[in-house]
Amino acid sequence: MAIDLVPVWTLILGLAVFMYVLLDGFDLGVGILFPFAPDDHARNLMMDSVAPIWDGNETWLVLGGIGLFAAFPLAFAIIIPASYFPILVMLLGLIFRGVAFEFRMKAHRSRFIWDHAFFWGSLLATYAQGVLLGSFVRGYEVHGRQFAGSIFDWLQPFPLICGCGLVFGYVLLGATWLVTKTEAGLQQWARKKARLALFGVIIFMVIVSIWTPLLEPKIAQRWFSWPNIAWLAPVPVATTFIAAWLWHSLWSDREGAPFFAAMALFLTGYCGLAISVWPNIVPHTISLWDAASSAKSQAFLLVGTLFLLPIIVMYTGWSYYVFRGKVRGDAGYH
Amino acid sequence: MNLDALVLSRLQFAFVVVFHFLLPAFTIGLASYIAVLEGLHLATGRAVYLRISNFWIKIFAVSFGMGVVSGIVMPFQFGTNWSRYSDKVADVVAPLMAYEGLMAFFLEAGFLGVLLFGRKLVPRWAHFFASIMVAIGTLFSTFWILVVNSWMHTPAGFSMVNDRFFPFDWFEVIWNPSFPYRFMHTVTAVYLTTAFAVTGIAALYLHRGRFVEESRAMLAMGLGLASILVPLQAVLGDLHGLNTLHYQPQKLAAIEGIWETRSNQAMVLFAIPDESAETNRASIEIPGLASLYLRHSIEGRVLGLRDFPRQDRPPVLIVFYAFRVMLAMWATMMLLTVWGWWLAFRGKLFNTHLYLRACSWAIPVGFIAVSAGWVTTEAGRQPWVVYGFLRTADAVTPNLTGGDVAISLALYALVYAVVFGAGVYFLFKLVKAGPAGLHAPPQAGMTQRPARPLSAVDAA
Repeated sequence: MAIDLVPVWTLILGLAVFMYVLLDGFDLGVGILFPFAPDDHARNLMMDSVAPIWDGNETWLVLGGIGLFAAFPLAFAIIIPASYFPILVMLLGLIFRGVAFEFRMKAHRSRFIWDHAFFWGSLLATYAQGVLLGSFVRGYEVHGRQFAGSIFDWLQPFPLICGCGLVFGYVLLGATWLVTKTEAGLQQWARKKARLALFGVIIFMVIVSIWTPLLEPKIAQRWFSWPNIAWLAPVPVATTFIAAWLWHSLWSDREGAPFFAAMALFLTGYCGLAISVWPNIVPHTISLWDAASSAKSQAFLLVGTLFLLPIIVMYTGWSYYVFRGKVRGDAGYH
Repeated sequence: MNLDALVLSRLQFAFVVVFHFLLPAFTIGLASYIAVLEGLHLATGRAVYLRISNFWIKIFAVSFGMGVVSGIVMPFQFGTNWSRYSDKVADVVAPLMAYEGLMAFFLEAGFLGVLLFGRKLVPRWAHFFASIMVAIGTLFSTFWILVVNSWMHTPAGFSMVNDRFFPFDWFEVIWNPSFPYRFMHTVTAVYLTTAFAVTGIAALYLHRGRFVEESRAMLAMGLGLASILVPLQAVLGDLHGLNTLHYQPQKLAAIEGIWETRSNQAMVLFAIPDESAETNRASIEIPGLASLYLRHSIEGRVLGLRDFPRQDRPPVLIVFYAFRVMLAMWATMMLLTVWGWWLAFRGKLFNTHLYLRACSWAIPVGFIAVSAGWVTTEAGRQPWVVYGFLRTADAVTPNLTGGDVAISLALYALVYAVVFGAGVYFLFKLVKAGPAGLHAPPQAGMTQRPARPLSAVDAA
């Protein structure tokens, strides 16, 4: 195989993970906001706004996981076992919230159980993903082709802080999603929560941005050496402008802008992460090329992926289109 | 190497996969059944098909939701507990699993919302189309995951470099020797699981005189499908068995309870295999029969377990009994099918209460059969994870301790008990409510715009 497929697969996997973060991010965020809603009717509306799409959103997680397994198996075989407990917590959280907001409506006396399960499942899954992200940035102890550290290596201040940051991040996505899907009082409430979440996101973004280069000299060099600092300066600048735009749109009466601005904020954060770890897939130790599966494996999967991904986007788009517009309750909020 | 982590990791994988598999075992057939009902309604315009379809869509919604969440756990198991397996075989199996995700999971998830709640929002043909897409999605999923599974039983189309597996011929990888048999056998098995669940619930209603028109149609359809598939399954099972004899002789010897290599091999109906003494106790045998159906001649030689080194033998007891449980379930299905036809010819199918009660007791037969079959084939593959090439003991994540896995296994057990317990409770509630009238299509409980997978239960 003459063509190097690693850059193509890096893009596809990067896209899949980013799609997951955005899509499940907003429905997990709705789950975290759930118990703080003004009343029970609002809670029903919040659930109904994400219900027809949650399983489609989580499918991107499966694609991200299996995509890593298929395109960069060495990274999969190191990162996943190193994250044994964060992944366990994430999976159990996703199970609980997935069935919880489905069972909630059918339960009568036990309904409070599923309310709790929905909130705690969403919160734990989100926090665990933040911890995963934080320990990913710190890197893993590797010997040969195996993870050689302790199973509790993630239990460090930096990953735990990243967990908090991601909770605010998903709440921001969830709240701005609710701004697009709801009206009147509930929308005002969502705007208020979004402003609060944005405040948290900015604080944690600043903390993580200062802390990350301190963790690893290679990262500091990547960002602060000349001429990199000139080329990369637009990332923090863009982040600042987007945050300002988001803040502004939350005070205006625009309904779509906050959600798009929140997604854009995630995009800049994601780019910052990619710049810090490039060209490694296991940060600081194993490069994308060293972790890649054989050209034959990558080529075989690429043929189908290039054909199927556009089709997937088309019919997923159709499903969003069928359930478009505001979520309406049978009373209130008019 | 930590033995505890290995044993517990195997236990954990068996636990999460068997609980997960119970749901697709039901929903694969159900998705096809719903597509057929939607098609019949579109073609004939008869309202009864719509009522039956709406009823099963609600059941499907709950089962499918549990299948999704328990399925997300599966790919991560390979990384968390079987990282050395992941590292060694990823080049071959991971692209196949990725194809399952791309072809099946997105298709199912994308059209599920429309199938469940889009009946009023899209044209009738589009709703029928969505039901077909969901059904096709479930079959694509079956195809790819069984490609992976079959390859682990009869690996082909690869070469070994530095102790790792690399593909050289994808056609050979996909159409590996056991795949066609395993695929046909499994699809038939899951369709039968659905057929007997549908038949059993219809029989339950008829027995109590409820929903008579719907139940008669369901019972006739379920029995009709069983009439073709139960005999067919005997043929497919036999072919799959011969395939196993050729490629995995020690698994077949464990299934049959054969210790000694000889011609004129007896069929062991029942026994208590004694692995340390390498013999059967209290066995009931039919002389020569095993040679006859395995080699098609009394003189045919069949290998016994003693010819294989002890460290290469599967756990005989589990394989031997699981296989017999599966056969007993098949025999039950056959009996109910023949009995049903006999009653139908005498015009008493719908009002023989003993038969109706027997059918309603038989609702779990398919579930038990697929689980037992799964245990037979997977335990029979041991001690290998990739048959003949990679031992299960060499596949486990190296830095795991028994304590780590004990914690995760306990948490999975606890969460599955709660979640599956609640799921079964809601399924019972739905069955109790029965097919609703024509004017009560599934819809979200609290909102005008129907919008919730699984909340189909609301209409109950």
